[in-house]
Amino acid sequence: MQNSDLLLLSSVETQKLLVLADTSLIMAQRLSEWCGHAPILEQDIAISNIALDYLGQARNWYQLIAKTLNKREGTNTHTEDTLAYLRDVTDFKNLLLVELPNNNWAYTIARIFFISNYQHHFYTQLLTHTNSNIAAIAEKSIKELNYHVQWSGDWMIRLGDGTNESKQKMVEAVNNWWSYTGEFFEEKLHAMFGTNATILEQQWMAKTKAIFEEATLHIPENKWMQTGGIEGKHTEHLGFILAEMQFLQKTYPNATW
Amino acid sequence: MQSENEWPLWEVFIRSKQGLDHKHVGSLHATDAQMALTNARDVYTRRMEGISIWVVESKYIHASNPDEATSLFEPANDKVYRHPTFYNLPENITHM
Repeated sequence: MQNSDLLLLSSVETQKLLVLADTSLIMAQRLSEWCGHAPILEQDIAISNIALDYLGQARNWYQLIAKTLNKREGTNTHTEDTLAYLRDVTDFKNLLLVELPNNNWAYTIARIFFISNYQHHFYTQLLTHTNSNIAAIAEKSIKELNYHVQWSGDWMIRLGDGTNESKQKMVEAVNNWWSYTGEFFEEKLHAMFGTNATILEQQWMAKTKAIFEEATLHIPENKWMQTGGIEGKHTEHLGFILAEMQFLQKTYPNATW
Repeated sequence: MQSENEWPLWEVFIRSKQGLDHKHVGSLHATDAQMALTNARDVYTRRMEGISIWVVESKYIHASNPDEATSLFEPANDKVYRHPTFYNLPENITHM
């Protein structure tokens, strides 16, 4: 990637959209690892559907970013593919939660529940964003996110209020993911979008508590939260995802189907 | 027969559009009605096949015995007067 591109990518407008685009893309990549491996056929299809929903959302955001960059630069070199395949770890601005390994079904469900519940409320605030493109993508995504919240919420309850083994796995998943949920509400992220982090956190917490109550789960007590994803500081796991995802384009540049 | 650790089987019915009937489209496994509905949505409506879903646990469906087919259905063969073939339908009526 040329230097001029990097300069453009660090501008605020593009940066903030990359948080949304990269979060959706990496989420899709992680979820698609379940394809062919989910506990039963019906859930395999369900989780692949959700992965594709996230991929579709990522594409919408990347197309908007590419359009913005091309316009500013007076070129047409940026595409959704160059953004997805030709950037390196520190260029990615996804939330840390989505890049961590799937571990087991409980971890996967808890992650979908945390993220989709968050994005649902976040995108609802974006409906009134001054940029009509952003509002339109948010509106389209919300319909899908609604379903993801419902689907993952059902599973939170089923596992949390299920057998001893399922409960123990769900409690472990919730405890392990919890410190990655603080990043959802970081002021500097919401300052970029003009969204209200306090209201967002209250809405997210209200839904989380409602589902946890039915699932006989408890909100973890630890208050210390991980940060870094939106600034491009990632865990060691993101590099492995990108290595797999970007392998073909890096080995055979400009290869097409 | 269903083994102990296998989820119950459900039959899925989808209505493709307003005004049409729910049609049987297949079956799936689920632990309860709510999961059967979401599974049906994910498995059978991915390509805009429907606007409404019914699920029924398969064990509640009672079927006629194939061995009795002769006595059940064949007697209708020569009852031509039961068919409404003597009416003329207006041209713009479609779903008849």
